[in-house]
Amino acid sequence: MNSVFGGVDVGASATKVALIDAGRRIIASDVRRTGVDFEGCAREAMDAALSSCGLSCADVTRIFSTGYGRHNVSFAQATRTEIACHSRAAYHFFPRKITVVDVGGQDNKIIHIALNGRRENFKMNRKCAAGTGAFLEEVAQRMDVPIAQVDALARQASHVVRMGSYCTVFTKTEILAHLRAGEKVPDIVAGLVDSVVKRIIEMDPLSGEIVASGGVVAHIPVLAEMLSRHLGRPVHILPEAQLAGAFGAALLAMETPVPL
Amino acid sequence: MKTEQQTFKKINATKQMKEIMELHFRELDEAAKTKSKKIAWCTSVGPAELLRAAGFLVFFPENHGAMLGASRMATDLIPVANALGYSPDICSYLTSDIGSYIKGQSPISKAYPGISGPPRPDVLVYNTNQCRDVQDWYNFYAREFNIPCIGIQTHRGVGDVTKAHVDSISAQIKALIPTLEEVSGKKLDYDEFKHVVGLSRQCTDLWKEVLQIASNVPSPLTFFDGAIQMGPAVILRGEQRAVDFYKLLLAELKLRVKDKVAAIDGEQFRIYWEGMPIWGKLRELSTQFAELSACVLASTYCSSWVFTALDPDDPFDSMARAYTELVIVRDENYKERYFEAEIERYKIDGMIFHDAKTCPNNSNNRYGMPERLSKKYNMPMLVINGDLNDLRCYSEEQARTNIEAYIEQLSEKKGR
Ligand code: SF4
Repeated sequence: MNSVFGGVDVGASATKVALIDAGRRIIASDVRRTGVDFEGCAREAMDAALSSCGLSCADVTRIFSTGYGRHNVSFAQATRTEIACHSRAAYHFFPRKITVVDVGGQDNKIIHIALNGRRENFKMNRKCAAGTGAFLEEVAQRMDVPIAQVDALARQASHVVRMGSYCTVFTKTEILAHLRAGEKVPDIVAGLVDSVVKRIIEMDPLSGEIVASGGVVAHIPVLAEMLSRHLGRPVHILPEAQLAGAFGAALLAMETPVPL
Repeated sequence: MKTEQQTFKKINATKQMKEIMELHFRELDEAAKTKSKKIAWCTSVGPAELLRAAGFLVFFPENHGAMLGASRMATDLIPVANALGYSPDICSYLTSDIGSYIKGQSPISKAYPGISGPPRPDVLVYNTNQCRDVQDWYNFYAREFNIPCIGIQTHRGVGDVTKAHVDSISAQIKALIPTLEEVSGKKLDYDEFKHVVGLSRQCTDLWKEVLQIASNVPSPLTFFDGAIQMGPAVILRGEQRAVDFYKLLLAELKLRVKDKVAAIDGEQFRIYWEGMPIWGKLRELSTQFAELSACVLASTYCSSWVFTALDPDDPFDSMARAYTELVIVRDENYKERYFEAEIERYKIDGMIFHDAKTCPNNSNNRYGMPERLSKKYNMPMLVINGDLNDLRCYSEEQARTNIEAYIEQLSEKKGR
């Protein structure tokens, strides 16, 4: 087999691998915590994806890497930024003018894509992790809520508790006040998700058709629903949202003419 | 895109620049030790010409601030000032300089062995044309040294500079004279004043020509070169040696243009830098841009020491005008027109706004400017969060990714 392409997305929280065939279909994938050894983790993830479909490294024509650890993947032939890869993946599923909202572990990105698939503009959130996956993870932990339950809990909310602060640390104290005041856990959890939504809305006017992508939306799809309520129009969730970066990297690996 | 680090093109005149800068610091140190001459501390766009004509040697604390940033000493010294009640949200030149004073640690002593630090001042002179922080900064030292702190309160957010503005600033410049004469023990020499203003004007004209040579394609000069080569335009303006130096530098750059020598090999993208330099990361940033074949070639910052209104025959009014015409003093509409002219002059492909946490005065992204310019020129803009000196406000990883993605995007736009 010689038309398999790979993408490796070494994110701040998770490392993702996607392998695609000539038909641009994902034939294997892997997701694991990034940890401290970027290169080792990327390699393990790639090996796992390869063995799940009975292939070896030699069967892969080209591999691109992306994500914060993109320069640590020695077996990749080239790197692309997360912005390029998320754009490419989103345009694959929605080949038209769209606005991509990627909620990641450490940062949020908003990318405007033109009708022809080119990026028109992008924005990343300010340096602090407020309003990102890291915020939700930390604050949920403070409430003893496993991140896997955030989506279900937020859906049980009878109302959304309003969070006043940008700051992860301040929010943790604010939660104590809400608990003391008798607010229910699901309502507070919904408030946390809502706070992420507000950080996103502050970044950009979010015009046009919205596509949500990234690991946080994959695990907490209610976030996209709340964003949609705020905007008053539908928000699509990208298929394979968590793999979007890796999938986009694999598509770019396939489409980049050789030699690089 | 290149994968290997490009070599930097060395500017030969840098040697002369370093020599005159060192001489300047040694003269100041000597004067402070022997009391042979009085020393004035002056803000970077303050009335330096008047101070020189009044017989002072002039020291610029902001230059010291930049040295603290470039040497990365700032990040350790800022907390010292924070602990004294100077907030981490105010000018990090101020906080790093005060921290440096309290700790007795200065990059001057590292750069020039034998000099312990900034020369002790006899008078402090500011102009609030750039910000209010300078006044509070100098008042700290006025209390420490028990010396006079005088200054000019400039109008801010100015649209057109009118006669009323000029009259008021000119009167304020004149009002500084009695204190200066009292401290120096000498009468202001009016002929000398005119002479100094004339030299400052020559320096400014040459510096402007140096900067505008970057409008050539490919550019022979980068913003990062400019941030280094501007030293004499700031601290030696009004002196013959600054004029001599810029003649030399200009000749070297003209030769580059003639020989089609690019500052960045294979220049593909021409970028405008709007905002303060991130002093502690100049090297890393210039390397990254070079690797991406992007030449950051012009900036508002380096042009802040272009004072074309200076006129030796009308020293007071022309100084008042020159120091009020600066971009930092002006309103948003003026700034927008200014950026438009710069984008066109330098044939810019992209523009990067540095939102410096502790300097709102030089962060021109905060009132929708990138969005308006982006629309007008159909040009993507990038905003980077950081700071001039406080590297705690800067996420290097995020900035690098932003820059890389930005150049990727410009490259897509050019169809490469
Ligand atoms: S203009 Fe900005 S950097 Fe300069 S002194 Fe004022 S606050 Fe500091």
